[in-house]
Amino acid sequence: MIYDQILIRYGEISTKGKNRTFFVDKLRRNLKYVLNEYKNIKIRADRDRMYIQLNGEEWENIAGKLQKVFGIQSFSPVVKVSKDIEQVKEQALIIFQKLQASGKTFKVSTKRSDKEYPYDTNELNYLLGSHLLQNIDSLTVDVHHPDLELKVEVRKDAIYLTCEVIKGAGGMPVGSSGKAMLMLSGGIDSPVAGYLSMKRGLKLEAVHFYSPPFTSERSKQKVLDLGKKLAQVSGQFIIHIVPFTEIQQLIQEHVPENYTMTITRRMMLRITEEIRHRQEALAIVTGESLGQVASQTLESMFTINEVTNTPIIRPLVTMDKNDIIDVAREIDTLEISNRPYEDCCTVFTPAQPKTKPKRENAHKYEGYMDFEALIKKAVEGVETIIVNAGDSLEQSEFSDLF
Amino acid sequence: MIYFDNSATTKPKKEVVDTFTKVATEYYGNPSSIHSIGLQAEKLLMQSRKQIATLLGVKDHEIIFTSGGTEGNNMVLKGVASQFQGRGKHIITSAIEHPSVSNACEQLKRDGFEITYLPVDKNGRIHVEDVKKAIRPDTILVSVMHINNEVGTIQPIEEIGKLLANYPRILFHVDHVQGAGKIPLAFHDIPIDFATLSSHKFHGLKGTGAIYIRDGVKLDPLLAGGNQERNIRSGTENVAGIVAMAKALRISMEKLDEKVANMQKIIAYLRNELALIDDVEIHTPIEYTAPHILNFSVLGYKAEVLVHAIANHEVYVSTTSACSSKRNEPCKTLLAMGVDEEHASSSIRISLSFDNTMQEAKEAVEAIKTSIEKLKLAMRR
Repeated sequence: MIYDQILIRYGEISTKGKNRTFFVDKLRRNLKYVLNEYKNIKIRADRDRMYIQLNGEEWENIAGKLQKVFGIQSFSPVVKVSKDIEQVKEQALIIFQKLQASGKTFKVSTKRSDKEYPYDTNELNYLLGSHLLQNIDSLTVDVHHPDLELKVEVRKDAIYLTCEVIKGAGGMPVGSSGKAMLMLSGGIDSPVAGYLSMKRGLKLEAVHFYSPPFTSERSKQKVLDLGKKLAQVSGQFIIHIVPFTEIQQLIQEHVPENYTMTITRRMMLRITEEIRHRQEALAIVTGESLGQVASQTLESMFTINEVTNTPIIRPLVTMDKNDIIDVAREIDTLEISNRPYEDCCTVFTPAQPKTKPKRENAHKYEGYMDFEALIKKAVEGVETIIVNAGDSLEQSEFSDLF
Repeated sequence: MIYFDNSATTKPKKEVVDTFTKVATEYYGNPSSIHSIGLQAEKLLMQSRKQIATLLGVKDHEIIFTSGGTEGNNMVLKGVASQFQGRGKHIITSAIEHPSVSNACEQLKRDGFEITYLPVDKNGRIHVEDVKKAIRPDTILVSVMHINNEVGTIQPIEEIGKLLANYPRILFHVDHVQGAGKIPLAFHDIPIDFATLSSHKFHGLKGTGAIYIRDGVKLDPLLAGGNQERNIRSGTENVAGIVAMAKALRISMEKLDEKVANMQKIIAYLRNELALIDDVEIHTPIEYTAPHILNFSVLGYKAEVLVHAIANHEVYVSTTSACSSKRNEPCKTLLAMGVDEEHASSSIRISLSFDNTMQEAKEAVEAIKTSIEKLKLAMRR
């Protein structure tokens, strides 16, 4: 065990002035969720840094989880030492011995935010560097490409030593920008849209349309599995499953085939809007990318978007499919999205959907039925599932088998 | 009863059999069926794959389920041969492989493939320089076992992997059957392209196994059918056996260091005690050796007779590997190590599981001693 804590450097939070405490608090809560399986750790936060006291936990395991959490610029496993220079020297030596520094090259770089500390950065670099050189065989200095870089942070409360800096996911803590609803179909795009909007600090709740028997339980499972991946970012993820069969059947009955897609989307958006209202969210996030399919032409967006004036956030709107796929691969949702089950979007796809639907026509076709009642019914039938980062959905069901 | 033939097969753990029974009776659906009974079976399959992949340090989709070691080895050798024959028709393997590798190679020979069988040194170990020397422009595959099943020598898998990393067109297969659950290999880091595992060697059930196929590597399937297992291995999945395997591997790898250390103590005891007996020669080398196998000969005693005599004390050991012992042939690995035929025909293998105890080892030594004494008069030439 070389290190006893992990020091976390904030991302964009650092620039947020008065709201700083709010942001830091969000990040700390998210970390608590994401790391809840590590019972011994303690998280402490101040204005500039967050510290995770390891209390015996392996830092490598925790590092893997931290890398997914938004709002972290970088982090380092550190040893905390008192500001007595002799102790700093001694601890630096211990770290280097544990890292088997003999025969390697190194440099020392010091950051001194406590300007009252009696030694300045150059003095500290020199003091620690020469102490290491004197005590470790065939250790040499290389300031350009060192094998080991001893980083020293002199802060008000203590001095922190580390040899590693790991890049974080950047972005802002999930929840720091408010809450939105994500329309999650199970395809490749919507989880990516969700991920990107979480990166800008949105807390998301997903809405999924479920149409048994036209879509199978597997397609629902797919969405839950996607939710699990997204929960690794936010710690927890809520999915609202909307019973949609009845509405889809009615649309098939009453609406001319080439307009069914348009009307279906309008219905989905209305229902999502209703759930958004109940959940007190302020926006709707979709995976739409301009011109990708018939429902995502500008004309379609214009006609579909008419049913709500809630801000619709489309993080992928200008992205190419290949770039979206790259992100999906990176966040590990691609394989789940590629499972070949029918979802609410594919099952009733008309042969020739309108790519330039008109608002007037949509109004006309919707006039044939009482959608308000149906929407109410659908919203009341919503099944809400909470997915936690740590747990596997099957655990309760099958745990004794494994 | 003392069971010392764990390289042939292990006793399935009770909790593993319980899992098998429960899955087989309650979750009997076909994972490919679209209804909820099928979905449950599919979930079990997915969770098993995840658990096994995590234990082995690989990605979920790099695990393909099979019926066991023989299928796994055949699948890789013949699959690679068929997939990459355009690239070349030369395969490198060793002289001490399990028959499911060497006989598959012999079959491939009939189809025009050339096989190089690498020699081993007196410790039963391949040398990486020999691998390098054997490489030709038309080499497509190197297949080397991790732990030899007859003698227990650990092969230089890391070194071979490192060498082959310089030859991106040559694939690397490791028969990991004796090593799985005991001596983990870092498939990704080495790197290895294929590895074979068999469940009944780590207290799972017979008829289940897995192969690891590195992400992105293609393989022509052996079996044509319903395209299960990413089209690589058709056939309805043995869900109960697979879940049982996931559990067995987890149990096997719990507190692994501790268990291996204990096993090494027992093997060291056996080695020292047996070496004291007249006419006993230990073949298993001291270095680069698996913790669970000890091979020795008692010169002048037919191995088969001795095994039966020892079995009268309810101590079960084996002649050579179970797969070749019925044919009554001298131990192939020992011959390759340069051991003379007389010793090679009289070799006996002890193979432990993590459940064997020092007390059992003590009793087994006594049983072996008594058996030799008893046979001495009858068998001395």
